[in-house]
Amino acid sequence: MSSAIAVQASEPDNYYGYRSFKKGKFEFSRDEYFVKVKWPKGSHLMPADVFLRALQRDVAWNFFYGTVNFDHVFGTLNHYGTVDMFAGRFNDAYRNAGLDYVETFSSDDLMATFKAVLDDWTNKGYDPFAAPEETANPYGRKNGSNVDAISRQRVTAQRMVGCAGDTPVRTDANGYPVNRHFADVPQDQPEIHAEQGFEDEVRAFNLFGYLSRSDVTWNPSVCSVVRESLYCPTSEEFILPVEHGNDRVEWFLQMSDEITWVVKDKETGAPRANVTMRAGDIAAMPADIRHQGYSAKRSMLLVWENNSGKIPELIASGKAPVTPVKF
Amino acid sequence: MPDVKTVFGSLADYQKGGIQVINDDPRNYVFSNVFEVASKARPYERIAVGKNFEYVIECLRAEGTSPWFTCDHDEFALVMDGTVEVRLQKPGAGQAAPAGSDGAIQMKDAPGGPRMGRMVCRRGHMALLPKGAAYQFHADAPGVITIQTVHGPLTIERWAEICETRSI
Ligand SMILES: [Fe+2]
Repeated sequence: MSSAIAVQASEPDNYYGYRSFKKGKFEFSRDEYFVKVKWPKGSHLMPADVFLRALQRDVAWNFFYGTVNFDHVFGTLNHYGTVDMFAGRFNDAYRNAGLDYVETFSSDDLMATFKAVLDDWTNKGYDPFAAPEETANPYGRKNGSNVDAISRQRVTAQRMVGCAGDTPVRTDANGYPVNRHFADVPQDQPEIHAEQGFEDEVRAFNLFGYLSRSDVTWNPSVCSVVRESLYCPTSEEFILPVEHGNDRVEWFLQMSDEITWVVKDKETGAPRANVTMRAGDIAAMPADIRHQGYSAKRSMLLVWENNSGKIPELIASGKAPVTPVKF
Repeated sequence: MPDVKTVFGSLADYQKGGIQVINDDPRNYVFSNVFEVASKARPYERIAVGKNFEYVIECLRAEGTSPWFTCDHDEFALVMDGTVEVRLQKPGAGQAAPAGSDGAIQMKDAPGGPRMGRMVCRRGHMALLPKGAAYQFHADAPGVITIQTVHGPLTIERWAEICETRSI
């Protein structure tokens, strides 16, 4: 396992202007349209925007829960402190052909390279967090950078959005205008009548209004906390940039509009189900699948996570079931 | 007027999605709909619609005035339909939930402590139900609340009645 934090980057390419990167035995390069990933047993091409949108989530979420598949070949598996970078590991055909490859890094070490790649390959005006309709074209030769967009801090409320000293509500004044797809969402706040001395405990906020003002897509952010139970609502448009293979059960409560989830086996990638969720629908994603959501209109999704560090081992060892409820 | 239409659900108007199975059991998704669950519930029953180890999301039909509840940890109520008043008050001597206990309990009598305040919440509003407070809901017309909490003595599990078992 690599230990020292070092980013191995080439000089910018004479024609395309992008740097190439090496991490362990993996190599990364991009041209006007594509990212190429090479490893000792093979190589793989991805559209640059698909790669950058996935890389942006992996960076912002610090490798997230479990497996972040950038597509059917390349991705990361989080061990919370260390992380596997893999090619073909969760693809039946690559596995059977012996072409899969995994290398383990300290999380901080791999993160440094991922951040450097994201920074170098994101051009001026392109925001990997934004819906495609709301950002510039990601293709072409190197053209500036977009540091503000790629270094957003993920929202993590300690108690609830709007509580004293906690993450503030969003307003026009603090830089969060209502998104075009949510122009009809009511912006009224709850009426609050607190007795003297209880102002910090009598608290409520307009969550739907808050989500209507999100400037990013597919970025679950903690808004309320009960011990290890995290409500991570998010606004969704177009396609979840990763196929998420969680190491635990997660739940979705669709709060507005509609998302279709394409569900595949976590290990092999074989299709299992398509789950369509409309406003008010609530469903679990089992711990042995990967899921990728499609949202035609920007929609409001509550992602509900159990953050307990004990769960991945319980699931992996078979001590806990991969579904949350038997009936 | 904006030309977009954001679709929220309500007791009066909701449309369920569903599970199109390729190679799976629909039960694995524990798929239900909070408006459908609330439409078949008695007022203020606390029906689990999500469960992850000890944590639950409860679904409540808000209608009229609820009993007083109290809980030894924070909970969060999200109004999914209707207008709900949330009343907060401190419990009196002997009325608090046991220290360290999980989930809400129902109080036998009205709380004996001082009033903390009240909140009027409409669709999409989330209210803190703070640890150690007593709380009561009131809704003039039927509505729906979901609560982020821990499985407790009032949590009702009726998965076989509420969940999808068929492929669409
Ligand atoms: Fe996920």
